[in-house]
Amino acid sequence: MNTEFESVIGLEVHAQLLTSTKIFCGCSTKFGNPPNSNVCPICLGHPGTLPVLNKKVVEFAVMLGLATNCSINERSIIARKNYFYPDLPKGYQISQFEEPICENGFIEIELEDKSKKKIRIKRIHMEEDAGKLIHDQGDDTLVDLNRCGTPLLEIVTEPDISNAKEAYSYLSSLKQILTYLEICDGNMEEGSLRCDANISIRPKGTIELGTRTEVKNMNSFRNVERAIDFEIERQIELVEEGGEVIQQTLLWNADLNEAFPMRGKEESHDYRYFPDPDLVPVVVDEIWKSELEKRLPELPQKRKVRFVTEYGIPEYDSEVLTSEKEIADYFEETVKTTKNYKSASNWIMVDVLKVIKDEKISITDFKLSPENLGKLINLINSNIISGKIAKEVFPEILKSNVDPEIIVKEKGLIQISDTSEIEKAIDEIISQNEKQVEEYKSGKDKVFGFFVGQVMRATKGKANPQIVNDLLKQKLSS
Amino acid sequence: MVLYRDHDEKLDLLKAGKLSLLENVKEFLKRIDANKDINAFNFVFEKDALESAEIIQEKIKSGKFGKLAGMVIAIKDVLSIQNKPLTCSSKILENFHSVYTATAVQKLINEDAVIIGKTSCDEFAMGSSNENSAFGPVKNPIDKTRVPGGSSGGSAAALAANLCDASIGTDTGGSIRQPAAFTGLIGLKPTYGRVSRFGLTAYASSFDSIGPFAKNSSDLPKIMDVLSGQDLNDSTSISSSSIIDEDISKIKIGVPKEFFAAGLDTEIKSRIDQIISILEKNFEIVEIELPNTKYSIAAYYILTTAEASSNLSRYDGVRYGHRSKSNINLQDLYESSRSEGFGDEVKRRIMLGTYVLSAGYYDAYYRKAQKVRRIIKNDFEKAFDKVDLILSPTTPTTAFKIGEKTDDPLSMYLNDIYTTPANLVGIPAISIPIGNDSNNLPIGLQFMANIFEESKLIAVSKFIENNLVKK
Repeated sequence: MNTEFESVIGLEVHAQLLTSTKIFCGCSTKFGNPPNSNVCPICLGHPGTLPVLNKKVVEFAVMLGLATNCSINERSIIARKNYFYPDLPKGYQISQFEEPICENGFIEIELEDKSKKKIRIKRIHMEEDAGKLIHDQGDDTLVDLNRCGTPLLEIVTEPDISNAKEAYSYLSSLKQILTYLEICDGNMEEGSLRCDANISIRPKGTIELGTRTEVKNMNSFRNVERAIDFEIERQIELVEEGGEVIQQTLLWNADLNEAFPMRGKEESHDYRYFPDPDLVPVVVDEIWKSELEKRLPELPQKRKVRFVTEYGIPEYDSEVLTSEKEIADYFEETVKTTKNYKSASNWIMVDVLKVIKDEKISITDFKLSPENLGKLINLINSNIISGKIAKEVFPEILKSNVDPEIIVKEKGLIQISDTSEIEKAIDEIISQNEKQVEEYKSGKDKVFGFFVGQVMRATKGKANPQIVNDLLKQKLSS
Repeated sequence: MVLYRDHDEKLDLLKAGKLSLLENVKEFLKRIDANKDINAFNFVFEKDALESAEIIQEKIKSGKFGKLAGMVIAIKDVLSIQNKPLTCSSKILENFHSVYTATAVQKLINEDAVIIGKTSCDEFAMGSSNENSAFGPVKNPIDKTRVPGGSSGGSAAALAANLCDASIGTDTGGSIRQPAAFTGLIGLKPTYGRVSRFGLTAYASSFDSIGPFAKNSSDLPKIMDVLSGQDLNDSTSISSSSIIDEDISKIKIGVPKEFFAAGLDTEIKSRIDQIISILEKNFEIVEIELPNTKYSIAAYYILTTAEASSNLSRYDGVRYGHRSKSNINLQDLYESSRSEGFGDEVKRRIMLGTYVLSAGYYDAYYRKAQKVRRIIKNDFEKAFDKVDLILSPTTPTTAFKIGEKTDDPLSMYLNDIYTTPANLVGIPAISIPIGNDSNNLPIGLQFMANIFEESKLIAVSKFIENNLVKK
């Protein structure tokens, strides 16, 4: 039975950094340029070239370390990881091994029962990315070295993760932190965030770790979850059938929903790490560290709490709004214009996020300015338009970011709060629908809605619904 | 041929119009051609050299010229020069051309030196005899049956045969000093980091130093000053003050007894004893101890091969250099390209280096050797608390016969016994010619100084040049 086992998971995440140049040379990190155009003798590994560490990468590493409660090593060592592959021009990857830049941190995640759990971070280190092999262009395999030398941070957890849901939650939190720090765009589908999982099982209640396997090639949050579930299940079944888990690397195949072992040769590497003699130790002194500490933005967890206390919005709203820095920023910009915080939250959570989802864009590409959204909310609050009209105005203003006040005026959408005008409409409708009036008077309350509808239709939806209600009740019962 | 003592004099002649740089370069080219049997050059840049001679001649006329104006320099073929071949005397880089110029070479060019060609060396600077070149061994111009030393043997032979005014070599474990000693030249290995390594094909990155060969003590500091300086392209480069005419009358010279033990040729020993007795009249000479230098060769060959095994991984047949025609699959491409492209000594060192870095052996070899390096450094730090310069032989023997040691790598390695400590420690060291042995072969005397104290080395070199009559 599954319940006899528990799973133990550790994650290794690679985050591609948003620096404008590569980690050891001046080449651009721009994505999508023609193959082998963002290259120079240094990242091509020409004889005699030397790496020079991009200071920004160190800063990003320290910022992530600070944001994940790590201790920052004052002195860290750059090392070479040696292996042959055509996407690796030097025959070694420059990375860190002993003495990485950050160690011993944690990220707090929220479990389903709302309790908190700390996932310890063993280490964060800096390294260079490899190039890419292109296999689908005829018989030959082609090499594109544009990506070669793009800076990465590798974030390694302790085996503190118990299941796929926790892994998902950890990854979301990490992505949130990375994007809040604006050091990585966190896009797993495009490979700027990559995740490998070390998975083992053990009888529930025991302490000793079982033999682990490593699952790679999971290119979405959802795939990480599915791959972990798959591998746990596979290991349990294997052990239950009397088999033994062997240490190996598996590749996740998202199409088949299955993980397959890598070929033996590819995983039996002895990387022969040793300190890179071309690079001096990285020194992050207290002054630099505190400078970077000051540059840290407000992190998601803190912001979430502040939104609840400062704006009085529900915790759920706060969680949704702070899930992405840009959404939270949009909210805070919106509430500069309107003081109706809950309404702003609703509009963003429901209407704005729907557009973003439907159009598959990011909120930074969302045309309607927070100021104009705030104005729209204010128009409702001050009874100038009804909520219903606002929902009609919204699609009109969002395409070209029009001031809702202008649209409302131009199109004559201002709500009718003039009782005499509404009264006139009501009188007309009552006189035209005697049958329904009789029904209402005989106790059929349901007909009330019919009258409201008729009035709204007559006023083209502009009548203030509250006034319509009040007046109708008055008139019908007289 | 118009003769001149040093570059100062050459420049005076050029300025006075008594010497034509163009004729001078033509003369060198003629001599290079006449001395092809020495095999000192991998490539001669006839056209470029003549062109720059004309330009520099004009500059001298106009009065605005660089510090090395008209100095004809040969460059070891491990340094990159844009659009010029770079082979490192290896088949694996046959037909490779550099797309950029090494910082050190660029600095020479900026100061109006004439680059006449690229010199042979041991493949990837691995060797002590210049026999490990894919393009054949280099002969010692003093005795063509003998080796010029290595790995910068081509640079040494070119200068010793008067095929240039000066030459540039690299020194990872003695590769400038040993050939200087074998060919009767002055050779300086500067402080590690003083000269940018950018553009120097790496053998062992934490040891490699670029330095000059010269025939006199006045050209040497000139070249050295031009080569020196921090370079943003080399994180291990360090800025340094320029070389001065240092007053060494009050210096103390240490003689480490460990460097005069068994294995040292008796003629070299007695010649050095003679020199010491002369020096004693002018300087305080004391015996010192460098007890851990006996581990130098072992530590050196562990650490340099470890670094080399990684540094040479890039020659894989994928992007440039030799690619085997028999490649069925990727693994095969690597194996056959590297097997065909590298020579035996390079393979030996790659294997050794791969071994010492391997899981399970790292601590016993690489890590331990790093500790030994630290301990040897401590020995020298202690010594330099007491003395300014350390005197020793450069080599245990004078130039040996071609082929004499090729089948005995260990005895070849032991040739570096006196020179490797300076590379392990990162200090500057010089080899100065102090006469010949009974076979008329030059003997070299080594001085080592504390980091960035090249001035003292050059001062003592001048002293010896001025005060000793060569035997």
